[in-house]
Amino acid sequence: MTAIDLHVAQRQNAPMTTYRYDAYDAAFVSERVAEFREQVRRRLSGALTEEEFRPFRLMNGLYLQLHAYMLRVAIPYGTLTARQMRRLADIADKWDKGYGHFTTRQNLQYNWPKLVDTPDILESLAEVEMHAIQTSGNCIRNVTADHFAGVAPDEIEDPRPTAEFLRQWSSLHSEFSFLPRKFKIAVTGAAHDRAAIMVHDIGLRIVRNATGEIGYQVVVGGGLGRSPFIGKVVGDFVPREDLLAFLEAIMRVYNRFGRRDNKYKARVKILVHEKGIDEIRAAVEAEFAAMDRSVFSHDPAEFERIAAFFAPPPFESLPEASALLRAAKLETPAFANFADVNVSAHKLPGYAIVTVSLKPIGGVPGDATSEQMRVLADASERFGFGELRVSHEQNIILPHVKQDDLFALWRMLDAAGLATANAGLVSDIISCPGLDYCSLATARSIPIAQAISKRFSDMSRQRRIGKLGVKISGCINACGHHHVGAIGILGLEKKGQESYQITLGGDPTFSASIGEILGPGVTAEQVPDVVEHLVDYYLAEREEGEAFIDTWRRIGHARFKDVLRREGEDGADI
Amino acid sequence: MALISDGRFIEDAWRRLADEEALPKTGKFIVSLPRLEHAVEVLGPTATFGVIVPNTTEPSALIAALPRLELISITFPAFADGRGFSLARLLRRAAFKGELRASGRLVADQYPHAIGCGFDTIEIPDDLAERQDEEQWRAALNAYSMSYQRGYAGRGSILEARRKAVRS
Amino acid sequence: MPVFKHPQILIASNLIDGDVVFLGPSGWERDHRRARVAQSADEAAALEASGKRDISANRVVDVYLADVEIGRDGAPTPLHYRERMRVKGPSVRLDLGKQAEKPAL
Repeated sequence: MTAIDLHVAQRQNAPMTTYRYDAYDAAFVSERVAEFREQVRRRLSGALTEEEFRPFRLMNGLYLQLHAYMLRVAIPYGTLTARQMRRLADIADKWDKGYGHFTTRQNLQYNWPKLVDTPDILESLAEVEMHAIQTSGNCIRNVTADHFAGVAPDEIEDPRPTAEFLRQWSSLHSEFSFLPRKFKIAVTGAAHDRAAIMVHDIGLRIVRNATGEIGYQVVVGGGLGRSPFIGKVVGDFVPREDLLAFLEAIMRVYNRFGRRDNKYKARVKILVHEKGIDEIRAAVEAEFAAMDRSVFSHDPAEFERIAAFFAPPPFESLPEASALLRAAKLETPAFANFADVNVSAHKLPGYAIVTVSLKPIGGVPGDATSEQMRVLADASERFGFGELRVSHEQNIILPHVKQDDLFALWRMLDAAGLATANAGLVSDIISCPGLDYCSLATARSIPIAQAISKRFSDMSRQRRIGKLGVKISGCINACGHHHVGAIGILGLEKKGQESYQITLGGDPTFSASIGEILGPGVTAEQVPDVVEHLVDYYLAEREEGEAFIDTWRRIGHARFKDVLRREGEDGADI
Repeated sequence: MALISDGRFIEDAWRRLADEEALPKTGKFIVSLPRLEHAVEVLGPTATFGVIVPNTTEPSALIAALPRLELISITFPAFADGRGFSLARLLRRAAFKGELRASGRLVADQYPHAIGCGFDTIEIPDDLAERQDEEQWRAALNAYSMSYQRGYAGRGSILEARRKAVRS
Repeated sequence: MPVFKHPQILIASNLIDGDVVFLGPSGWERDHRRARVAQSADEAAALEASGKRDISANRVVDVYLADVEIGRDGAPTPLHYRERMRVKGPSVRLDLGKQAEKPAL
C-alpha cells in the first residue's frame, strides 16, 4: 500500500477493505467514459449504426429493454464501500426512478436510464471507482466471488484478490473482446461453494495441495440457460503463478473454436459438450505449453499489492459469545428470529455475518430504494467498517458486525423495511426481472415470486420448512438460475398465455445438479398451489435434518410427480 | 476498399490478385490461400507477395511460407467475429515479421484491439470508410493510454508500469 | 407477404431515451391510442416502410408491426401479452413510471 493510498483511506475515515484504484486504474475508467461519450455521439449522428454501436453499448452495460434502457453497473466480486452504495442511491434518484435491482451476478441494474444520460452516469460512477465495463456483451463479464469472502469460518483463502487480479486482466482485452458469446467466471475459496462455480463458464476453486501450496482447481463449461451443464475439471491444480497463462489458453481455445453459427450454441459449455472435456483439456494444455512464459509469468508483487487491499480491517479481540445478544434475543422474539435466520457465523469470535434480505414478503426480489441503499451504507459504517457485499442470491451482506451490535443493527434495518428474517428460506426467492422489464422474457417472474412469498408469509411456517431455494426465471436464458433451484420455476409461453414449468432438485454448490422437470406447465394462479403441495409433501416425508433437496434426492423425483398427479385426480386445479 | 495505417487512410501499395490472374513478375500482390503453396514454389526470392486467409486458418498452414511472406491479410467475416484477433497473435508468436492486415467491416473502436493483437493495418469497405472517417480512427487509437494485459502490442502495459514503479 | 389477419400498429424504441413509441399520423407517439392502425397488408407495409426510414434517421430502433384489436373506444390494444406489457409498463411498482401514468388497459 502506498503512502497516497493510506492517506486516502484515512481521509475517508474508513479502513481499506477492498481494492482501491491507483492512478492507472483511475485513468483507464476515465478514458472509458470519454470513449463511450464519443460512441454515443457517433451513434446519434449516425456515424455508427445500431448494429455497430450495440456491442460497444453492451460492453458498457447498457441494454435496450421492454420499456427503456437498462444499465448494469459492475460490483466487482460483489464488494462495495458505503461511499459507493451512497453513490448508487444518488444515481438512482438523479437519473432513474429512485431504486435499483441487485442481480444474480452481484451487479446492480437501473431500469430507466436514458441513452443520452448514460455517459454522465458512468462519469458519476467513475468518481467513486465504479463502472459498467463488460457487464454485458460477448466478452469476459464481472468476476463473481463468495459473498462471505474474508470472513467465513470455512475459508481457505479470500477469493477476492484473485477476482480483482482477473478483473484487471480481462478489462478491454485486445484478443478476447469479440468472443462467440458471453463469458462468466466465478471464484470460491472455501470448503463450501457460495459462488456457484460449477455453473460458470470458468469456475475457480482455491485449494491447497499436499505441500500446502495454494493453487486453483479450474472447472470449465458450466452454465445455465437453454442447455444447462455442470462444469468439468480442466485443471486439477493450477499453481497461482500459472493461473493467468492457463486462463489465456482456455480463452484462446474458446475464441478460436467456440461455435459462431448459432447464438444458442455459442457458449463454451457447448464446445466442451460437443468435443468432450478430454479434447478440450488437450487443446488448452497444448496452448498453455506454447505460450511465452517469460511474458505471461506471474507477478507475485502485483498479486501481493492487490491482496493487501483485502487485509482484515482492525477487528477487536472479543469474547466468543455476546451477553448483549443473548439478552436481546430473550427480550424481543422478532429479533431472535432475525438472529437465528439471517446471521451466520464469522471466523472471528464475537463477530457475525449478517444477511440483509431484499425479499420482503410480497416485494420485488432484489430491489432496493435509494433510501434503503443509504440506510445500508449507514449501517455498514456504524456496524462494519463501511463494507458491504451483494450476494448472487440478490441480498446484501454486512460481513463484520459485532454480535454486541446485532440488536441495534436490526432496529435500524427494521425501520427501513430491511429486516425480513427469511435468508435462505422459502420466501427468499431468487427471481430475474422477467417480462415486467426484460425484452428477452417470455413470461413475468416477479408476480410469481410475490405470490409465493405471500402464500408462505407466516414466519414460523417458513422456519419449520427450513432452507429451501426457490428460483424463478422469466425465460429460457435462466438469469434467475432456476436450473439450480431446489424448486425451479421457468416462465414460458403456451398458447398465447404465460405458462410456468416447475423443476425440482437443482443445486448450485459443489454437489451441483440440474433440476428435473415436474410436469406440464401450469398457470400463474396455480404456481403457489403447486409449490405449497410440494412443500407439504416434503414436510410429511422428510427425515431428521433433511433439507428439501435431501428428501427429494432420497425418495426420488417420481414420488413428487405423483403428488401433483394425485392432486389433479382429486379435482384440485393443477 | 480503404486502408488505415497509423490512424490515417493511406494508398494501398498492395494489389489483391484474382485467382484466375497469373502470378505477376513484379509489384506487391496478395494471393488467396489456395494459391499460396504454388506461389511459394514458383516465385523467386525477390518476389514481394502476401496471402489473404480466412479467420479460421490454422497457423500451421502458413508456417512453411512465413519467411517468404511480406503480408498476411486476415478476413473478418463480421466485425463481431473475433477469431482474427487470436490468429494474428498466433502468427506473431510464430515470429511473423511482415505486415498483418485485418480485412473486413471493422469498426474504428476495434482499432486498439487490432493493434494489441499485432495487426499493422486495417482494410475496410468504402461505404464504411465514409461513415468512419480518419478522425474516428485516430481517436480510437488514442482512446486509452495504457492496457491491463502484458505481452500485447500497442499501448504500454499497466502491469509493467507498476513493476517499474516498485523497482525504482 | 404474411397473411394479414388483424389490424396492426407499428412499435419501436426511441433511440435517445428507450421509450416505447408508436407511429402515429404525424410522427412517433408515446400514447398508443394515437397510433395509426393499418387495416390491410398494403397499409401495414407502408406503415413499416415509413417507420423504418426513421431507423436510418437515427431516431428509433427495433421497429416492428404488432397485431391489435380495436376496443369500443377505438383504441388499439395489442393481442399478445408481451406487446400489452410494452404499452402498459411493468405490472409491478405501480406507484412509479409510466405504469402509474397510464390508464388501465
